[in-house]
Amino acid sequence: MSHPQATAIAAPQLRDPAWIGRVFWLLAACVLIAPALVVTEFKPWILFEPDALKSTKRFIADFFPPKIDREFMLMVAIECWRTVAIATAGMALAMVIAIPLTLVSTGALSVSALSGRMHTLPLIVRQAVRWLLIVLRSIPELVWALVFVRVVGLGPTAGVLAIALTYGGMLGKVYGEILESDETHSTRTLMRNGAGRLQAFFYGLLPHSAPELTSYTVYRWECAIRSSAVLGFVGAGGLGQQMDNSMKMFQGSEVATMLIVFMLLVALADQVSAWLRKSLA
Amino acid sequence: MSEHKMSGHKDSAQAANEAWRMPPKLFSARCAMCWFLCGLIVLTVASFWTLDLQWAKFLSADALRKMGRFLGELLSPSTDSAFLLKLLRAGFETLAMSALGTLLAAIAGILLALPASRSHAADPAHWRAPTRLVLNALRSIPELVWAALLIIAAGLGPFAGTLALAMHTTGVLGRLFSEAVENAPPGPGFALRARGVAEMRVFCYATLPQILPQLLSYTLYRWENNIRAAAVLGVVGGGGLGQMLAFHMGLFHMNETSSILIAMLLLVALVDALSYVARRVMQK
Amino acid sequence: MRVSLRGLSARHPAATVASVPALKPVTLDIAVGEQIAVIGPSGAGKTTLLHALACALKPAAGSFTLDGVDPWTLPVSQLQKLRGRLFLGPQTPPLPPRQRVITAVLAGRLPRQSLFASLRSLIYPTGIAEAEAALTRFDLAHKLWDRVDRLSGGERQRVGLARVLLSSASLWLVDEPLSSLDPARSRLAIDTLTAAAREAGATLVTTLHQVDVATRFPRVLGLRDGELHFDLPAAQVTPERLRELYAQHEHELLGAPADGGDTPPGPPQTPAMYCR
Repeated sequence: MSHPQATAIAAPQLRDPAWIGRVFWLLAACVLIAPALVVTEFKPWILFEPDALKSTKRFIADFFPPKIDREFMLMVAIECWRTVAIATAGMALAMVIAIPLTLVSTGALSVSALSGRMHTLPLIVRQAVRWLLIVLRSIPELVWALVFVRVVGLGPTAGVLAIALTYGGMLGKVYGEILESDETHSTRTLMRNGAGRLQAFFYGLLPHSAPELTSYTVYRWECAIRSSAVLGFVGAGGLGQQMDNSMKMFQGSEVATMLIVFMLLVALADQVSAWLRKSLA
Repeated sequence: MSEHKMSGHKDSAQAANEAWRMPPKLFSARCAMCWFLCGLIVLTVASFWTLDLQWAKFLSADALRKMGRFLGELLSPSTDSAFLLKLLRAGFETLAMSALGTLLAAIAGILLALPASRSHAADPAHWRAPTRLVLNALRSIPELVWAALLIIAAGLGPFAGTLALAMHTTGVLGRLFSEAVENAPPGPGFALRARGVAEMRVFCYATLPQILPQLLSYTLYRWENNIRAAAVLGVVGGGGLGQMLAFHMGLFHMNETSSILIAMLLLVALVDALSYVARRVMQK
Repeated sequence: MRVSLRGLSARHPAATVASVPALKPVTLDIAVGEQIAVIGPSGAGKTTLLHALACALKPAAGSFTLDGVDPWTLPVSQLQKLRGRLFLGPQTPPLPPRQRVITAVLAGRLPRQSLFASLRSLIYPTGIAEAEAALTRFDLAHKLWDRVDRLSGGERQRVGLARVLLSSASLWLVDEPLSSLDPARSRLAIDTLTAAAREAGATLVTTLHQVDVATRFPRVLGLRDGELHFDLPAAQVTPERLRELYAQHEHELLGAPADGGDTPPGPPQTPAMYCR
């Protein structure tokens, strides 16, 4: 207590120094949230207006019991399979898009970079491919689906193409990151000894990063199942399309069944994907 | 006889070497990778087989011409000032939807995370299983499906979209938050519980200050996701840019569509940048 | 608070019923306002004894009363009320990293505060003067508004001790209060602690690694392998008795290993992914 330092500091202030800042940020948050509430027409009470409440009640009451007659369940089962099939086919095409683009864009497979800096042309090509991947993945799959529904009509083709393009972009980016993050010493040694790019990929890069690549692909497949169900809402086939139809017809019992089936499907995909990733690791 | 014995002995010695020298069989029942690959191929072939994919239609001259025209028009975005003003408004609407939806979800998520977590070893946590079930249900229904459902109760427009985002995000954040609560270091909470302090106060004074940075980081991460989701929610009538997109694309106004797409990309980039700045500020 | 143990034994909550208890049957009486140091080598059951006294650990056998009442026969609400009159200070200061010192100290009054009052105090701290006075006694008043994770290990430990001054508890149980303090700070901390307990009329039980500090307490308990080795006035704690207590653990007698919680916790992990 007799430290000169302690006496120099003197009595600390007995008012909270953070108080002004807190009040300021609270006010700032209010100023920001107020227009957001206006713009989004945030009026929770309209949920409880008699009209809205009546239609909600009718729709919800219709949920019980969910429709489970044989014909309908068969249709749901088929649509479930179509949802999974759209996701799988989309993923297969996405890999067809992503793998070559990854191989082109990976700096680890650059021959010119072996001796100092990468040459200008390969650099431009790699950058261009990266930009292409960015464009592919930053347009949501739903937008691609809207475009393709206009071109090829309603049905699963649009869904498969939409997933293929968006997920191709995502896979290409992440594959590239996984390959780049690996230790490139063995690959470079192979290429210095005269191996071709593809040979160096199969003997140097792939063995090391295969588990991570597979794991990420399986995980994406799980995501693709979720989004293929959603794509149905714009007419790209599968469970989503049937759900959209039933909602438009206010068939609560059908919607209830399909929601439950969809949740089970997602949970199943989740389990399968987690199990696969664990057993392949 | 003895020769046979000799050779047999030799054989077994050789076999011991052989097994070591031979590569493992390519296909064995225990080989997880083989089963995985087989399953994969069967699944993929079956998928292509059962879906009546219309490649002919997609690759027909007519469709390709259509695609070409779309692409050509997409390259010249509309810059009509009245349209851009509408676009600005829709963009702000989308931003507001995503921010408000995330905020609501963060509040609901923290309220649900408390019953959904076992905060200390002796906590009976009766509500843990039912609350987690609710969170899982909220989470497994995508935003778009929530929007389609909520439009019945809330009517077309951004309000339904905001609620839809909030619903799905509550499920995600509630789950993440409850895991954060369970993984928080137990020391500070133990010291307060040993003095008979009730759970709510223990949470505010011991658990929350430890996990707050993590909660904020999860919330920002979800906001980045939600801006992407909010941009397309309008396609089913949830307001914002998506609604404009569905409208103009339905009428084949590709120039306007192009502007809307650019606005979406800019908005996503803006939110990513804001979130990045917020993270940096928080780390200080 | 008057404490009485009759053949009390305790084991860790995770231990099986068949295992050897961490604390073998102990019989002990502590009068109101007494000040006791508990010493012994690592793993002797010092912390287990404190946890049992703090009603944080249910005894495996034997009886235990506080002011003549067995806490474990009380209904839960009564037990919680009783716990509010105890203070348990763990060895690593139980302070959330990003909390401010003032809030961490004020958390000492939580048992006697309503939920509303405690939430209000989070928005704007009430009782600043009280916290400042407590910190001043530990020579830390200038850190009142700092964040806990910006303090050194020793400072954090003193913040943890300052909390006891706001607790208005009548039985103070402090575990290794000096483990990350230098000798000068140790003397200040222990003098403050004993003086404050005397002023509050509280009973003080503290475990210590520093034998020289322990012998300044009027009464010293020696624990070894979960058993009460001696229970003597400080004057009778001879070097022979200490050597016996610390047999095979002599290095701890010479210089206690300082294992204070000096490592700040790492940054939060990156969020788990949910598609997109």
